[in-house]
Amino acid sequence: MLHIVNKSPYDRNSLDIAVSYKADGDIFLLIEDGVYAAMKGGAAAAKLDGCTVSVLGADIAARGIAEDKLIDGVSVIDYAGFVDLVEANEKVQSWL
Amino acid sequence: MSKVKKFMYVNRRAPYGTIYAWESLEVVLIGAAFEQDVSMAFIGDGVYQLTKGQDTTGLEMKNFSPTYSALGDYEVTKIYIEKESLEERGLTLEDLQHLTWEDEDDDWAEKDSIQLVSRAEMVKVFADQDVFFNF
Repeated sequence: MLHIVNKSPYDRNSLDIAVSYKADGDIFLLIEDGVYAAMKGGAAAAKLDGCTVSVLGADIAARGIAEDKLIDGVSVIDYAGFVDLVEANEKVQSWL
Repeated sequence: MSKVKKFMYVNRRAPYGTIYAWESLEVVLIGAAFEQDVSMAFIGDGVYQLTKGQDTTGLEMKNFSPTYSALGDYEVTKIYIEKESLEERGLTLEDLQHLTWEDEDDDWAEKDSIQLVSRAEMVKVFADQDVFFNF
């Protein structure tokens, strides 16, 4: 399962909810304001412990987040990578 | 013939503060008319959608809560309510509408549509679906 989160973890509980429905092998893709969760030093980063995480590069760039500001182990992907993730995962949930 | 897919509608918002709940219900009824295998999950504030006694007269908004009781007629018979979400809000199944369906293969016996499941069980229910619609 691919879980897509597009809301800031400091504004909404979408990430908490998504993570609480995690099953083995699931992947989390952070897009739009969801990318703030993956910033090093942020209180929300711990929510992603033990998760496989990707962020959309265009969304971190737009928000002035350099890759070295991301927590370790996060993959930065482009739109083609987004498509690849959707293709590679049989199921997708978008936690609006 | 295309395979019948298992559609899961995940509802996690309260009914009147936003349009999500109503939109979800409309999409569910449309999907059911296309003879897909439809399930609904109510998690988080979504459990508030099914509470009894809703009266929107003062809001001048449509009270769509009676529509949930029609789901059984549309063969939407798998409604999963998350136990933790109810408990966190001080609710029990008694506070929710009693949703049923009639089983034509069992002499039209009236059966419960609602299944109370834990979050861990809900993860397994999700794993068994093909397509998700999150509201």
